[in-house]
Amino acid sequence: MPDTAWWLDLLWTVVKGVLVAFGLLTTFAYMTLVERRLLARMQIRWGPNRVGPLGLLQPLADAVKSIFKEDLRITKADQLVYTLAPLIAITCALTAFGGIPAGPAGSFFGLDPWVYKLDVGVIGLLAITSMGVYGIFLGGWASGSKYPLLGGLRSAAQIISYELGMGLSILGILMLVGSASFQSIVGWQANNGWLIIFQLFAFATFLVSSFAEVNRTPFDLPEAEQELVAGYLTEYSAIKWALFQMAEYVNMITASALMSTLFFGGYKGPVFLEGVIPGISNWPFIWLILKIAFFLFVFIWVRATLPRLRYDQLMRFGWKLIFPLALTNTIVTGFYLTYFRSAGLWPLALLGLIGFVLLVVLSDRARKLWNTPTHRPDAERPAATRPLGGD
Amino acid sequence: MSEFAHLIVMLLIAGGIGVLAVVVSILLGPKKPSASKLMPYESGNDPEGTGRERFPVHFYLVAMLFIVFDIETAFFYPLAVAYQNVGAFAFWEMVTFVILVLVGYFYILKKGVLEWN
Repeated sequence: MPDTAWWLDLLWTVVKGVLVAFGLLTTFAYMTLVERRLLARMQIRWGPNRVGPLGLLQPLADAVKSIFKEDLRITKADQLVYTLAPLIAITCALTAFGGIPAGPAGSFFGLDPWVYKLDVGVIGLLAITSMGVYGIFLGGWASGSKYPLLGGLRSAAQIISYELGMGLSILGILMLVGSASFQSIVGWQANNGWLIIFQLFAFATFLVSSFAEVNRTPFDLPEAEQELVAGYLTEYSAIKWALFQMAEYVNMITASALMSTLFFGGYKGPVFLEGVIPGISNWPFIWLILKIAFFLFVFIWVRATLPRLRYDQLMRFGWKLIFPLALTNTIVTGFYLTYFRSAGLWPLALLGLIGFVLLVVLSDRARKLWNTPTHRPDAERPAATRPLGGD
Repeated sequence: MSEFAHLIVMLLIAGGIGVLAVVVSILLGPKKPSASKLMPYESGNDPEGTGRERFPVHFYLVAMLFIVFDIETAFFYPLAVAYQNVGAFAFWEMVTFVILVLVGYFYILKKGVLEWN
């Protein structure tokens, strides 16, 4: 029989877990509203503003509607997997966020402001989020219809391709910090400055990869409405559809939190405010929430700005550009740390800046590079009979 | 409680919320199934085949490449975390490994595996 401390620990973990989960669900609900309103403002029109003041009750109305809708069970679907798929997606999405630290240890009324803390923090979190691809792919496969199958396949191929870029982008950070736990990474940044300064190049590849990982425009091919209905979502109705949407938005929040924690100093606030209100840079939640909100805004902004890539362009972009660039960043960071570590870290920052500027300046050249076919033209190969990008 | 127990608690909570939502929806939603309502969607036509057709081999290739290169990444993680303790030797080991992997990468590039058309 475990003692009292064990039960208390369990109790507080459950309380924190439930808080995180419901916090995420509320954020998701209001995120959909904010997204619609912001998209509307960017297109010079009003978003939803009829249900409640400023449309604030719109998410509630949507939620109630999706609960009271009929839950269809498609005859040709594999019933077990069809039901399981959205559950997998939402479980992975919600679990992943629990590992993000929202403040220093013990700052949340004497409790630690995270649900679980793994020594392999970043890697564990990437592992959990990437399990979400099972939900999407199985959902597409189990629906027993052709559009969902294609959408699911595309989605699986896209997510695993960009996972490489994501995994390789964080290697530079691990090299600099020497640990994979979020707490050490944030602590390192408090001492040495935000990691985006030293890993600007890695941030660029990481940002692009996370857009692709969470299926957002310009990489939302799996659910390209104009191309294949709603992809893996086609056969889903009512709450199961809502669960998939929820998983997507929660993943977006997690990706934003990941970027804030890895590159933008995590839960630490600006130190210069310490003179005004002592201890303000250590307040839990507030700084992380501000940073997450900023990245969520970027997600919406990009959606209103960029057109979608074609599928073949998307895969080429991931394999021929993001992957080699992230690898290069790893090698360069490693080289610098081995031979020029004594010169301090600022030259590394300069190197990253030069690389980033070069990337922007040469973007036209780079586009040609990844869009020209690399394989030798085969004489025996007949002309393509399928339309481009039809895979 | 160990940290992995916390992770499992979080997993159970997350999964529980999903199950709860589905169960509540099944209990509260209307149930009026009909044959045409439960038909797989095929743009309004009667569906043909099973919906689990053969699909292009490209997806298999990408998945296999992912396995190869993801294992490469997995080998990098311990190296990266221990990097500041192992010195120049580790860097050249890493370069050698990357070159070996890149040989494979250029091979698939020239074979046109990443071309998709």
